[in-house]
Amino acid sequence: MKAAVIVFPGSNCDRDLAVAFRAAGMDVTMVWHKDTALPAGVDLVGVPGGFSFGDYLRCGAIAARSPVTAALVKHVKAGGYAIGICNGFQVLTETGLLPGVLMRNAGLKFVCRNVKLTVATAESAFTSGYSSGETVHFPVAHHDGNYTATAEQVAALKAEDRIAFTYGEPVNGSVEDIAGVLSDNRRVLGLMPHPERAADPAHPGRDGARLFQSLAGLVANA
Amino acid sequence: MKARVHVMLKEGVLDPQGEAVRHALGAMGFEGVDGVRQGKVIELDLAEADSTAAHEQVADMCEKLLANTVIESYRIELI
Repeated sequence: MKAAVIVFPGSNCDRDLAVAFRAAGMDVTMVWHKDTALPAGVDLVGVPGGFSFGDYLRCGAIAARSPVTAALVKHVKAGGYAIGICNGFQVLTETGLLPGVLMRNAGLKFVCRNVKLTVATAESAFTSGYSSGETVHFPVAHHDGNYTATAEQVAALKAEDRIAFTYGEPVNGSVEDIAGVLSDNRRVLGLMPHPERAADPAHPGRDGARLFQSLAGLVANA
Repeated sequence: MKARVHVMLKEGVLDPQGEAVRHALGAMGFEGVDGVRQGKVIELDLAEADSTAAHEQVADMCEKLLANTVIESYRIELI
């Protein structure tokens, strides 16, 4: 399967994400933010972590208006897959592809540690390698991961089983402990924790590897 | 024409930074501060000279970029 990883000025997890994609057998192309089109035949787009555009205005706000983001929106509207991790999640909410917004952590501190997560649903290409309710550990590293959405949006996420991951411990004050959410067609995942930092044999944990493996398997067969 | 945009968190949205400022003020001995809300002020230099058109143009900018209307409200001032 073919994947693309978008690189914004200030992205810093782009190469880690490419390594995790490649380890799962994907063919990866890096795409610069000024590109107006994605490479032909791309199945999956990765929006990496980092501090795109220095977090100016709001985290992810400027990146969400980049030329390549218009191509990403087109890809998703056509049924393509996308994953946004950390700053990538912030970018996806700013584009409106995912509901809600990531606000400053309730404790006002940058949180950088391995955290306990619960896989809230296994019903997606991203989470089918886990079982619902399973505990996994991914690292987090963010200052603005406090997930907030309107009461209607939260109710819809719950009713439609679109909460992908929840925190198993206090991290940032997110509503309903939400760590990651799926789009209505379940083909877009945004999450604050970093599965790509828990995927390589050299990492202390490898709970994230299954996310990329199941994604590669399911999307290739779709 | 210049425009000044005030972006504030909507009523009911918890503002952790405002709360931290409120606590700090209390710790410094400033009494009677019941609430603090922190926002942004953005100033724009516009080529547009007509105030109605300028207001419309800036409102469009607020909706599309300057504010995240999920959690923020904005107020436009033409100066």
